[in-house]
Amino acid sequence: MKIAVLIKQVPGSESALPLNDKQTWVDESSVTYVMNPPDNFALEEALLIQEKVDDVEVVVVSMGPARVQKVIREGLAKGADRGIHLEENEEVETDPLSIAKKFSDVLKEENFDLIFSGLQSDDTGMGQTGVLIGEILGMSTATLAIETKLEKDQIKIKRELESGWFQWVTLPFPASISIQSGLNTPRYPSLKGIMGAKKKEIKSVLQELNTDQSQNIDNIFVPQTSKQTEIIETDADAAVDRIIEILKSEIKVF
Amino acid sequence: MDILVVLEDSQGSLHRLSKEAIVGAQQLGGSIAALAIGDNASEISNVLSSYDISEIITVEDELVSTYNADGYTEVVKQVIEKESPKIIVAGHTYQTRDFMPRVSAHLNIPFIPDIVSLSDKGFVKQVLNAKLNATISSNREQIILSFQSAAFNEENIQSGSCSSRYFDVILDASMIRSTSEKPFQESLGDVDLESAELLVSIGRGIEKEENIPLAFDLAEVLGAEVSASRPVVDSGWVDSFRQVGSSGCNVAPKLYFSLGISGAIQHVVGMKGAKNILAINKDKDAPIFEIADYAVIGDILEIIPKLIESLKNQ
Repeated sequence: MKIAVLIKQVPGSESALPLNDKQTWVDESSVTYVMNPPDNFALEEALLIQEKVDDVEVVVVSMGPARVQKVIREGLAKGADRGIHLEENEEVETDPLSIAKKFSDVLKEENFDLIFSGLQSDDTGMGQTGVLIGEILGMSTATLAIETKLEKDQIKIKRELESGWFQWVTLPFPASISIQSGLNTPRYPSLKGIMGAKKKEIKSVLQELNTDQSQNIDNIFVPQTSKQTEIIETDADAAVDRIIEILKSEIKVF
Repeated sequence: MDILVVLEDSQGSLHRLSKEAIVGAQQLGGSIAALAIGDNASEISNVLSSYDISEIITVEDELVSTYNADGYTEVVKQVIEKESPKIIVAGHTYQTRDFMPRVSAHLNIPFIPDIVSLSDKGFVKQVLNAKLNATISSNREQIILSFQSAAFNEENIQSGSCSSRYFDVILDASMIRSTSEKPFQESLGDVDLESAELLVSIGRGIEKEENIPLAFDLAEVLGAEVSASRPVVDSGWVDSFRQVGSSGCNVAPKLYFSLGISGAIQHVVGMKGAKNILAINKDKDAPIFEIADYAVIGDILEIIPKLIESLKNQ
């Protein structure tokens, strides 16, 4: 069985985020990158299946400039068997449909039984690429799995709905599934894994820039808060007095 | 029609984000049709009859009696193909996130999700964990949009009247590739957070399970319900039906009293529609303070017991 895990490299949550000159994205040279945290859970879920079932190949797939080889290597160090790099060397694309078509072109001939992806990326947060790829490739698709159970030629997943509701969905292979964060505890790579990863194959497929984007980020900016926030920084007793006044006279709770 | 709003059935009533999506559609301007699918379609659309939209389209078919992604995708696809709306709109819910990308892929229409506001240049979306905003545009003739909770206020809905009609879909069982079982709740709650007027909400700042009764005591003296952020639910300290946020409830109470919640974006999307946000947190840089009306910088474990005591004496 073959499982692809889609991983994206994104700015870390602690990274500085200065805007680029054109104010169309962040200035990449000042950013510290990490593996998109939700993708880490997707990778772990694939590795757990690999541990339980015989003959499972896990392939990590990422798109981006040369820097993304770092997260592919990280995936390999954790136990993935090989990597595929959709290499961009001009602008980094953000249009999900265009990106999904590129992934589909590269993944088509691989005939994966399963594609796992994180529920969304921490950078653009489009939350759709895994499903788009699955649909383009004619796979069954589902989102927000918080539990997976492998069965013969199909996979049963527990989906998270809203307000504490859940649902079991069974998907025939091949299937592309987005994984909800928190369903497992992602491992750290072992030293042996890190050493071994250096010998594993990463196939690079050079991508041409698609000039016909279906959606485009025109500019980015720092959000302005319109709220007037009253800051109460005082000792506990004075804070309690002020809170009671607010509840009583301003919000009129009682 | 210019705009098609895809409605969501939330256990037999119209999802709050669907109402907000109609407000968003009204602000975009043009003729609006609202699409209700499934067994509860007529119940859901009853609410809409007093809104200023052109028409309600209902689809009833046993293959989409309740939500399943393949069935919904096919229905929405057929409606779009027949009616050619320029913009397809929905609330940014888990359900929308589940089926809308499929519609996008099948019809090759871009899906711009999780929009927080409209600007004259395009659609504003939060990026990079809500630290920055992006303006997104599309040059396509048709686009799909989803609106984040509280992007629009349902109180701004314009009243009027509208007609309604059935839409015949052609569905067959082979279109439904996956088998969806009946949704269930793991812990049954009789608490309705979404209509609660007052919420006392607990975050990681409560530190340990033994401190949870503090929040319940405060809620009791205020006549409030208790809600929580995901880490508190994941720790098993409160039941999952009390969770607020993108994976929990979307709430809009008169008072959201936030105790030790840092304000991760996944939480904030579920509560920023609250009329008043009073937040206590030790960390003065906590993101919750950016959306709070009142920001109390302090230790909840010190303040709450004193507050309960004083409230009892009121």
